[in-house]
Amino acid sequence: MQDVNWTALIIFVALFGFITWLGFAAAQWRKGDLDLLHEWGLGGRRFGTIITWFLVGGDLYTAYTFIAVPALAFGAGAIAFFAVPYTIMIYPILFLVFPRLWNVCHKHNYITPADFVRGRFGNRWLALAVTITGIVATMPYIALQLVGIQVVIAGLGISGTGYAADLPLIIAFVILAAFTYSSGLRAPASIAIVKDILIYVTAFAAVIVVPIELGGFGKIFAAVPPAKLLLAVPGANTTGSYSVYATLALGSALALFLYPHSITGILSASSGHAIRRNAAMLPGYSFMLGLLALVGFFAIAAGVGGLPEYAASFKQFGNNFAVPALFLHSFPSWFVGIAFAAIGIGALVPAAIMSIAAANLYTRNIHREFINKNPTDREEAQMAKWVSLIVKLGALIFILFVPTQFAIYLQLLGGILIIQTLPSVMLGVYTRWFNDWALLIGWATGTLAGSWMFVAANLTPNYPLAFAGYTFPGYTALYTVILNLVVAIVLTPLFKAMAGEPVDATVASDYLA
Amino acid sequence: MSERNISRPSGKRARWSWWYLLFVIQFIAVLWPPFYNSVEPSWAGIPFYYWYQMLWVIIGAVLTAVVYFATEA
Repeated sequence: MQDVNWTALIIFVALFGFITWLGFAAAQWRKGDLDLLHEWGLGGRRFGTIITWFLVGGDLYTAYTFIAVPALAFGAGAIAFFAVPYTIMIYPILFLVFPRLWNVCHKHNYITPADFVRGRFGNRWLALAVTITGIVATMPYIALQLVGIQVVIAGLGISGTGYAADLPLIIAFVILAAFTYSSGLRAPASIAIVKDILIYVTAFAAVIVVPIELGGFGKIFAAVPPAKLLLAVPGANTTGSYSVYATLALGSALALFLYPHSITGILSASSGHAIRRNAAMLPGYSFMLGLLALVGFFAIAAGVGGLPEYAASFKQFGNNFAVPALFLHSFPSWFVGIAFAAIGIGALVPAAIMSIAAANLYTRNIHREFINKNPTDREEAQMAKWVSLIVKLGALIFILFVPTQFAIYLQLLGGILIIQTLPSVMLGVYTRWFNDWALLIGWATGTLAGSWMFVAANLTPNYPLAFAGYTFPGYTALYTVILNLVVAIVLTPLFKAMAGEPVDATVASDYLA
Repeated sequence: MSERNISRPSGKRARWSWWYLLFVIQFIAVLWPPFYNSVEPSWAGIPFYYWYQMLWVIIGAVLTAVVYFATEA
C-alpha cells in the first residue's frame, strides 16, 4: 500500500461519502410511495427539464465512455472521434421519436419499451424478444462501469493481489446496491447532478490546463503519429475507414436510445416538452465528449504510455489507463482526487439506472407477463428491487472472475442486438402498419445475422460487406437493422393477408401531447 | 395535411412540420468523411477534421433549438 496517493484518496473517499448520503436522502426528494413500481423505477415521472438533463446526460455519458473513448483515441487515433458525429445525430432522433413514446407510455402507464410493444402490437412474444434483448444488452454494460471504477482505484495507488485489491470495488458495489434498493431512480438522478458538475469541472480543467502544460494544440497534434491523425484513406475497391466511421456513428446513434436505461431516463421526465428541450440542451455533453476524445491525444503528447510509473497499470488495463495516467501526470493530487471521484461516481450513476431498467423489464415483461399475472403494487416494486440487486451482483461477479476483454466483446455485441428493436419501438410510435409476426421474424433475422457477423469478424463489430468486387466495411449493427427492416417490410403484407384485424391498445392521439 | 398516423382515423393527426427537414442538414454534414478528412485548413493548431466536427455539435444544437421554438405551437 506504499504507493497510495493519500491526498487524492481522501478527497475521493470524501466525495464518495457525500454521494452515498445523497443516494439515501434522495428517497425523500419529490416524495412518492416507493412501493409503487413507477415511483421506484421511474422516479414518479416528476423530473423536469433540468433534472432530466442531468439524468439523461448522466445516463448517456458513462464512466466507461470517459475511459474508453480517450483510450480509443490514444490507441487508434482519429477513428475514436466517431463519438462526435454520433452524438450530433442522436438529438434529432431524440426530438422526433421520444416525446411520442413518452406520451403513449404516460397515458397507458407503460414503464418499459416492451410494455409499449405489447400494447401497440398485442403480441407477447414480440414483447418478450424486446425484453430479452434489452436485458442481454444491458448486463455487460453494467459490468464495464465497474471496470471504470477499477481503473481509477488502481490510479489511486491501491493495488495488491487477491481480495485486497477487489475490496474497494466491492465496497463501491455495496453502496450502489444499497441506495438503489432504497431510493430507486431518485438516487442516480440526484447523484447525476453532482457527478455531472464534477465531470464538467474535470473536463474543462483537462482541456485548458493540459494543453497549456504541453505547449498548445499545435504541439499536441504534432505528437500524434500521422497515421493516427486522420482517417486512413481507403484503398482501391473499398470504402475502408470512411464507411466504418460513418456507419459506426449512425448505427450507434440509432441504437443509443433503444437501450433500456436510455428509455428509463427519458420516461422519467415530466413531459414530452422536457424531452424536446433536452434535445436542444444535451449537445453540451457532446461537446464535452469531443473534448474527451482529444484528451486521448493529450495522453499521447504527454508520453504517459512510456513512463515507468504507469507501466504496471497499462499492462493490466491496456489503453484504458490513458486517462488516469494523464491526470496523475498533469494535475496536483487534490485535483486527481476530484477527477477520479468524477469518473468513479460516473460509473455508479449509469450502473444504477441500467440495473433499474433491467429490473423494470424483468418485473413487468417476464414476471408479470408469464409468471404472476396480478401482482399488487407492492409485490411489483419489491420484485424489481430484488432483481436490480441480483443484476448488479451478477455484473460484479462477472468483472471479478471473467477477463475484462470478454465484457468488452459482449458490450459490442449488445449494440448489435439492441438495434434490432428499432422497428418495433422507434417505428412503432409512428405507425401500426407492420405486422407483429413480421417484426418478430425481422428481429430474429437481424439478431442471428448480427451475431454471426460479429463472430465472423473475430469478435469485432465491423464487418467487411463484400459485393460485386467492392468491399464496404461497416458497423454490423447498421447493416443488420436494415436487413431486419427489409424482412419485416416484405413479410408484413403477406402476413396481413392471413391475419385478422390488427390489435392495438393505443390510439393516434395517445402519441401527441 | 398529409396523413402520417394510420392506426385509426380518429383524434388528432400527427403534426408534420417542414422545420424537421433542418435536421437533415446535420446528418449530411457529418456522414461524408471524405469531405472533412484533412488537416488543412487548421485553426489554432487544430486540424480541420477535428474542429469541423466540433463546430457541428454547436450548429446541431442551434438547429435543434430553432426547430424546437418553431414547432412548439
